[in-house]
Amino acid sequence: MAEPTGLGNVSKALNAAWIRPFLFLIFIVVAWDVTIRLFRIPPYQIPAPGDVIAVLWQDWPELARQSWPTTYATLCGFLLSAVFGIPLAMLIAGSKTVESYVYPLLVFSQSVPKVAIAPLFVVWFGFGIIPKVIAAFLLGFFPVVVSAVQGFKSVDPDMVDLARAMQGSRFQVFCAVNLPHAMPAIFSGLKVSVTLAVVGAVVGEFVGSNSGIGYVLQRSIGTFDLPTMFAALVILALLGVVLFWIVDRIERLVIPWHVSQRQDIVIAA
Amino acid sequence: MNAVTKTGTNPAAAHLRVVSDRGASSTPGIQLSGVSKTYRSRDGDVPSLRPLDFHINSGEFFVVVGPSGCGKSTLLKMISGLLPPSTGEIHVEGEPVTTPHGNVGIVFQNSLLLPWRNILNNVMLPIDMKRLPRQEYLARAKALLKLVGLEGFEKKLPWQLSGGMQQRASICRALVHDPKIMLMDEPFGALDAMTRERMNVELMRIQRETGKTVLLITHSIPEAVFLADRVLVMTERPGSIAAIYDVPLPRPRSLDVMSDPVFTELVQRIRKHFFTQSALD
Repeated sequence: MAEPTGLGNVSKALNAAWIRPFLFLIFIVVAWDVTIRLFRIPPYQIPAPGDVIAVLWQDWPELARQSWPTTYATLCGFLLSAVFGIPLAMLIAGSKTVESYVYPLLVFSQSVPKVAIAPLFVVWFGFGIIPKVIAAFLLGFFPVVVSAVQGFKSVDPDMVDLARAMQGSRFQVFCAVNLPHAMPAIFSGLKVSVTLAVVGAVVGEFVGSNSGIGYVLQRSIGTFDLPTMFAALVILALLGVVLFWIVDRIERLVIPWHVSQRQDIVIAA
Repeated sequence: MNAVTKTGTNPAAAHLRVVSDRGASSTPGIQLSGVSKTYRSRDGDVPSLRPLDFHINSGEFFVVVGPSGCGKSTLLKMISGLLPPSTGEIHVEGEPVTTPHGNVGIVFQNSLLLPWRNILNNVMLPIDMKRLPRQEYLARAKALLKLVGLEGFEKKLPWQLSGGMQQRASICRALVHDPKIMLMDEPFGALDAMTRERMNVELMRIQRETGKTVLLITHSIPEAVFLADRVLVMTERPGSIAAIYDVPLPRPRSLDVMSDPVFTELVQRIRKHFFTQSALD
């Protein structure tokens, strides 16, 4: 490209990978604002972006306070999904019997809408944190299990034979071969799970709670306070992005050898 | 390689001794007596190997050649102790084989290196599995890597190496715990023809330098004759011994040996086993 260097630097900066989503975001916000002005959409249907930003700015302490219980419930539900999902996947992948008993039921249970049964948890456990955690767990659990089962099952049987022929115990072989092999699949499940856990926590807050972003959402809909509602949505989206990013970072630390991470190694080498 | 496909007359047939009589040797090696394998499935029993009797001497380069699905890999698994035979007994170095005994190193068609371990740690896998002292074997692992020409690649991850280099590393892994026997299941089948020839020469050198007993399985008849002290020819499934040939070619051998009349005659002779068989089927 025969561009002057000054312009070249600017276009280079604008093309940096991390800046692209922000550029696109700005584009969406501008389009949103222009649409509202152009079609004269009343603020009780869609609020102007400026109003949403104003709410985010003014009510920030309150919103931050309310996002804590949601984050907490999400993290608890997500960790429970990982703690129960990965061992269950080991059992399913390791035993045909367990698989034949458990797997079909698991798929069946996944088809039950969580929103429909969430009120039940409120009946059982009251208005505290527990119903939210359970809802987050139920949504986050399934993707972890499905991905991890696939990961554990895709180990090359020759590789396992090789390790066994060297007199490795079952546990040794599992730790040296099966588990590391399943890690990339487990992490892709965890990434889906963590974003779904946010949804689960909000569902839990919808049906019975007096705190959290889900509660803010519901209250603001009740009073037609749409700017606050949109502000709550922005915070939820941010929460999802941040948690996803954290899992992604951990993945890079745990499986730096994987195909998806190789770019970094080449640069480092 | 061209020389072997040429149909020739029979000037060197005198060199051939059909069915070896060296089987009754007294070295421990590998002894199979009446070993057969039948897999049970829902549709009834599927015979994979008919009873086999043969002996591989210590330090011998023994090659099994046969069509696909003749139970060659089953044979290898039984000798390593991963799979119990349906009938008969296997002795490795005089000891009966019932469970994995660790006195073998295995090389498969795929190098099967663990992508999360660097080359040195991949070579050290048997040491970790057998819980042997790591420090003592590190020097040996490095020496083996040097032997196969992978010095300086210890810290690389497997994907950073070419296919041939990966397979060399997996040979090191098969040798690091100093087993008496090396079992190789089509070790160079996934490599391109040129790399394959070079690896064959290399393998002969490694075998000569380490003095291991090698049992190698292959589809390629020229490769079998080139490498072997003796070649066992197997029939189609259920596998059994069609013949065992001595290879009376002097060692060390170079690739030039492939144009030797003894070599070409033996290759043709072995090839005939498969052609007559398919004609009968």
